[in-house]
Amino acid sequence: MKWELTERIRIRAPARMKFDKARQTDMLLLPERVVRLNPTAGAILWLCDGERTVARMIEDLETKYNQTNLQPDILAFLTEAIGRGWVEICP
Amino acid sequence: MSVSIPYAMTAELTHRCPLHCVYCSNPLELQKRESELTAQEWIDVFEQAGDMGIVQVHLTGGEPLLRPDLNELVVHARESGLFLNLITSGVGMTERRIRQLARSGIDSVQLSVQAPEAGLADTIAGTKAHEHKERAAKWIRAAGLPLHMNAVLHRQNIHLVEDLIELCASWGADRLELANAQYYGWALLNRRQLLPTRDQLIAAEAAFARAKERFGHRIELIWVIPDYYEDYPKPCMGGWGNLSLTVTPDGTVLPCTAASGIKSMKFESVKERRLKWIWEESASFNAYRGFDWMAEPCRNCEHRFRDFGGCRCQAYLLTGDPSRADPVCARSPHHRLVTEALPSESEFDPLQRPSYSYRGK
Repeated sequence: MKWELTERIRIRAPARMKFDKARQTDMLLLPERVVRLNPTAGAILWLCDGERTVARMIEDLETKYNQTNLQPDILAFLTEAIGRGWVEICP
Repeated sequence: MSVSIPYAMTAELTHRCPLHCVYCSNPLELQKRESELTAQEWIDVFEQAGDMGIVQVHLTGGEPLLRPDLNELVVHARESGLFLNLITSGVGMTERRIRQLARSGIDSVQLSVQAPEAGLADTIAGTKAHEHKERAAKWIRAAGLPLHMNAVLHRQNIHLVEDLIELCASWGADRLELANAQYYGWALLNRRQLLPTRDQLIAAEAAFARAKERFGHRIELIWVIPDYYEDYPKPCMGGWGNLSLTVTPDGTVLPCTAASGIKSMKFESVKERRLKWIWEESASFNAYRGFDWMAEPCRNCEHRFRDFGGCRCQAYLLTGDPSRADPVCARSPHHRLVTEALPSESEFDPLQRPSYSYRGK
């Protein structure tokens, strides 16, 4: 999938993000299912707020993890998340 | 033994229901309105559920719309961080009510349907409901909620699988669960009238595959197998006391929605104990947790990690002992209790009207 870095991503309704205190982990809540997220997946999905551009998400995550060149991994994850119906590109 | 954290709770808000479905798996003896938990008691249960790590709640019944305080319950359950799924017949729904419930925090709705046309559907439900369901489906979509539908399959409608899928697609369903009837509660009473023949089942599986080709791209289709025709039992509840729990209208906490049928066991109530204590400490939840309780043929069976010995409630209902292997299993010494219940092709006459037992009739 070809990405425009100016695009904005949001969680696809009715899915919702939740930090679960009992398990100390991020979760994506969907009808009939619950996805336990690893810390990286959680960090990316929390930034899919419909306001940040993809470029800004990458920048924020590189700052947070003090790393560079995260773009390919993040775009690969977002492509997969769209395929699974977790997130969508804002119209 | 280490105890997991549950993900989901089924909240049976009431046993009252305007429908009298012949396949109803709720108990023969329904709990009365007077014994139902109050709004305040439910709100407390939702808060406890959220605190202990439950993330998903199925609001069901009976018909949850019969609770006039449903909206208040939804507001508070949502405040406890829960994802809320409303399971309804649609009867009692108005456009205004579902819009308000959506605003208050319902995340998704599961609407039942009994057959692809009103005549048969209303016979199965024992009341006129089908036409209203079509309106309910429209209102659910208009309120911006995902529409999930479910249909219970049995002898009188299993040949209509493709029509059912087409109907639900035309009503705008995002997902349809086609669940072969499970023989608990009232359904066990009607088992002779409900069990399809093997030929019917084979034809229905082929029809499901065809419909999946046609509609699978726009509606998620789920097929729940009829366990009486399987060689190994279903992994009931993903294991007893492992993933989820049920709270009945009067506050009794069950490891499986059908567990109140196990008369040899005592179950705790949220009126006397904290939900977390019941989940972690109670004798009922620990009785069949893990694998140590198993006897032969489960004890050393390689399937035990996948099916957990099957369903405790079914083992009790058919053999009188919930600790036995689910008799659906071909390795169970009681397996003939299942095979002898299966109808032969010769005794089945599709033109003959079944003589169902209806609740309250």
